[in-house]
Amino acid sequence: MARKKGRLSQEVNAGSMADIAFLLLIFFLVTTTIASDKGILNILPPKQDPNQPPPEIKLNERNIFNILVNANDQLLVEGEYLDNTLSLSNDIKDFILNFGAPDEESIALFNSLPASLREKAKRDPSSSDHPMAGGAVVSIKTNRGTSYEKYLEILDQVKRAYFEIYAERVGLTSDQYRALTGKTPAEKELIDRGKEGIPMAISIAEPDKIGGN
Amino acid sequence: MAKFKKKTGTSQSIPTAALPDIIFMLLFFFMVTTVLREQEILVEQKLPQATQLQKLEKKTLISYLYIGKPKNVAVFGTEPRIQANDVLIGTKDIVLWVNQEKDKLSENERDQITISMKTDREVKMGPISDVQFELREADARKLLYAAVGKVQN
Repeated sequence: MARKKGRLSQEVNAGSMADIAFLLLIFFLVTTTIASDKGILNILPPKQDPNQPPPEIKLNERNIFNILVNANDQLLVEGEYLDNTLSLSNDIKDFILNFGAPDEESIALFNSLPASLREKAKRDPSSSDHPMAGGAVVSIKTNRGTSYEKYLEILDQVKRAYFEIYAERVGLTSDQYRALTGKTPAEKELIDRGKEGIPMAISIAEPDKIGGN
Repeated sequence: MAKFKKKTGTSQSIPTAALPDIIFMLLFFFMVTTVLREQEILVEQKLPQATQLQKLEKKTLISYLYIGKPKNVAVFGTEPRIQANDVLIGTKDIVLWVNQEKDKLSENERDQITISMKTDREVKMGPISDVQFELREADARKLLYAAVGKVQN
């Protein structure tokens, strides 16, 4: 019978187990990429019936904010050449909140706006009548050769103008407003109160075919 | 000072025998929550930047379309292509694909299907508008232009 060696411990040394587990843990921490589904929402128009001509919508030129982008990513905003999109969202805000020729309903809407937004109303007769349905529309027209990046940059600025108006109406910052999910009735009420009467009227025209691929 | 004689019998060290178990618990948590990408992306994906991002709540309603220059230029060429699931498809197949995706959803959720378009920033508007036209045909009108955040100035 071999005699038991007195001093040696019978247990496996488990002291480094934590280290091994830590290594694995760090590996998984590093390799995990949490998929994010963030982006800019857009609702496409319903499909056209080929037998019916597209509906004629009578809109005055002053009610349309025209943004044209050509195949070289150059911008033409309201007939003027523009270098960058930095001032675009402010121009759009001024356009939406112009209240050039408000009817009764939109006067009520105007009175419900906070003072900071009411200041924006320049009442310029050559700009939009009112922001309600049938009023201000932002139109984006691209070319088939326009880069997607530029298109998204412009759409981003247009959305920014609207979200800043919505957020200001309910007293939130734009980031907070966009983070609202509408899951609870309180949040839903906030979202609806921000949007009420000012629909996001963004018209995205079919790109024209010159100079593209 | 016999008055403050050390109390005997209590161990001075914190027992660390349970530490590996705690770490393993964390490890298992991360292993379980990690979703490995089940499909290979065949096209280049450098998403454009934007500031006005919104998050979608119901992930089950989202279907992904990847658009970009193929990574394997020798086989697929350099023109932007559309990837759905794990194959490259043509523009005409989008309606079929949307209907397949709709079939996966329950009946009352079908009209809420959202297409997340993950488009490379190099792509031109031509292919994008073709895809949008097909999506309108397929009546999948909720569209999300996937983008990454940009620091607002």
